[in-house]
Amino acid sequence: MIWIAIRMLTGDAQKFYGLVFGIAFSTLLITQQLTIFVNLIERGASGTYNVSSADVWVMDPVSRTADVNFPMPSTALDKVRGVTGVEWAVPHLRAGASVRTSEGDLEGVSVIGVDDATLIGLPKRMAQGSINVLSQPDSVIIDDVGLTRMFEDGRSPIGERLELNDQRAVIRGVADAIPSFTSQVTLYTKYSQALRYVPGTRNRLSFVLVGAEHGVSPEELTRRIEEQTGLRARTRDEFAQDGVDFIIQNTGIPLNFGITVLLGFIVGVAIVGLTFSLFIRDNIKQFGALKAIGVTNGKIRKMVAAQAGLVGLIGYGLGVLGTVFFIWGFSGNPTFKGFYIPWQIPLISMAAVFVILALTGWLALRNVLKTEPASVFR
Amino acid sequence: MAETDIQAATTAQAAICSRGVTRDFKAGQQTITVLHGIDVDIRAGELTYVVGESGSGKTTLISIMCGILWPTAGEVKVFGTDIYDLSDTELVEFRLNNIGFIFQQYNLIPSIDAANNAAVPLIAQGMDRLEAREKAVAMLEKLNIGNQAGKLPSQLSGGQQQRVAIARALVHEPRLVVCDEPTAALDAASGRKVMDLLREVAVAEDRACIIVTHDNRVFDLADRILVLEDGRITHDGSEMPEGH
Ligand SMILES: Nc1ncnc2c1ncn2[C@@H]1O[C@H](COP(=O)(O)OP(=O)(O)OP(=O)(O)O)[C@@H](O)[C@H]1O
Ligand SMILES: [Mg+2]
Repeated sequence: MIWIAIRMLTGDAQKFYGLVFGIAFSTLLITQQLTIFVNLIERGASGTYNVSSADVWVMDPVSRTADVNFPMPSTALDKVRGVTGVEWAVPHLRAGASVRTSEGDLEGVSVIGVDDATLIGLPKRMAQGSINVLSQPDSVIIDDVGLTRMFEDGRSPIGERLELNDQRAVIRGVADAIPSFTSQVTLYTKYSQALRYVPGTRNRLSFVLVGAEHGVSPEELTRRIEEQTGLRARTRDEFAQDGVDFIIQNTGIPLNFGITVLLGFIVGVAIVGLTFSLFIRDNIKQFGALKAIGVTNGKIRKMVAAQAGLVGLIGYGLGVLGTVFFIWGFSGNPTFKGFYIPWQIPLISMAAVFVILALTGWLALRNVLKTEPASVFR
Repeated sequence: MAETDIQAATTAQAAICSRGVTRDFKAGQQTITVLHGIDVDIRAGELTYVVGESGSGKTTLISIMCGILWPTAGEVKVFGTDIYDLSDTELVEFRLNNIGFIFQQYNLIPSIDAANNAAVPLIAQGMDRLEAREKAVAMLEKLNIGNQAGKLPSQLSGGQQQRVAIARALVHEPRLVVCDEPTAALDAASGRKVMDLLREVAVAEDRACIIVTHDNRVFDLADRILVLEDGRITHDGSEMPEGH
């Protein structure tokens, strides 16, 4: 009977494609939007992820994220170095500045000052040049995504001169970095240099980056640092999560994406529900005949479930494939740099597809189950 | 109906035994009684017609007799089984194993070919699909449309579709075959052929066939004719009464 059910459905090409399209469309919308959502809010943690060697971030008690920070007096560095379990601690500066390009354009950038001696604080990989270029005078390294914004014509930025706070800066390398949430241009330079690029206040130390001694857990270390210095300390994972939470709490993004995902779901229910009902209505005489001949309601349920299952399988597959192609197709676009599909998302859209089909299948099925077999003689 | 007729009927092999079958329909506030206590036996080995004017209750009667419409009162035994005493599932299974249906609109499944359509009851019984198809093709051959087995219903003429429907009604060798107006859409010659065919394959010592028809061109082919008027049987004999 399952075979007959499948043939009934695939034989009605128009409705079959309609159903598959409905599910594929829903799956695509839900999967794709959730993927973009997750990847976007994870950008809230890019500042933390870019400095993968730091186990613990130490900051002023009011600082919230890598980008929302309040500077500390430079004595904080020594206080942190004095805590047992700290293998190394380096200064880290993150601040906004305005840059004037050689064309005279003004652009807001974020300046990141990394430890002069160790260069801890730079992204792990370089796209062009080496990190050692920072030893040359007035050197800065630009991030690859910011590069495409600042130099839209695609010319090489190496050797370009910029003006920051009346100071000269020369781009000598390009970092392969995870872009920030705003995709703002980021310039990396030595800490001592950064102090000159960022307009001066008395306190400039944004963070102290800490490496834990072997055998000391980051959690334990943050506890000790907070206890002994009165500063705020977060493990890398905690601080990454803080960045994500900040985006979630302070932007309309969850709501916006939530609405789109909901729309995808509703459109799916509407298309699939309507088409399914039409399909069942067109075949109601056939179902009535089957019931008269001697097919139980239980078997009819299985038939409709098989039809829903087939539509779900194909539609879902196409939808997920569509998302994969979408992400893959845009992977060259800097806005989508590093986007991936977290494994939970296809599961979520699968659950949504299941709910759509269960709901619409059940609605359509009610008509069949209500059909009295005697109706076939009328 | 004479007392002796009823006696005779019950002693012969009774395919259907209907006692006091009444059926009401609700039409708005009103209740209309369509069948008024039908007592009749349908004998095996006979081709029985139910005739009567439109609205006289023919379809209602055979629907009740074959277990797809519940009577308001009365009981129906089909080959000794009190069918409305069965549970819903048991009744469905009883129909599947004992009754063949030929609907006026053939209600074939448009997207599967003639042989598979004819095989539906066997597939529903759980037979392997290919085996069922083989039997269905054999039945189609018996009905002289074996060469159409691979065609979709839409590729067949009305008469051919009906033969497929007949094959579907007979393929699982049911003991009772029920048809509502099988010849309404056919010309006289085809109508007679269908009736001959039904007699040939659906009527045997332990089998019965009951047919609702308006079609006076085929009245002479019946073994027995029941005339229904306003929900009552007013004639029961081997020929139509005078004046019809
Ligand atoms: N489901 C129903 N609901 C309400 N009334 C019904 C229903 N089925 C049949 N009736 C009524 O019962 C009466 C008999 O109907 P039935 O279909 O048995 O007549 P029939 O003899 O088969 O007529 P025809 O020759 O036109 O097919 C009609 O008056 C009809 O309106
Ligand atoms: Mg009728």
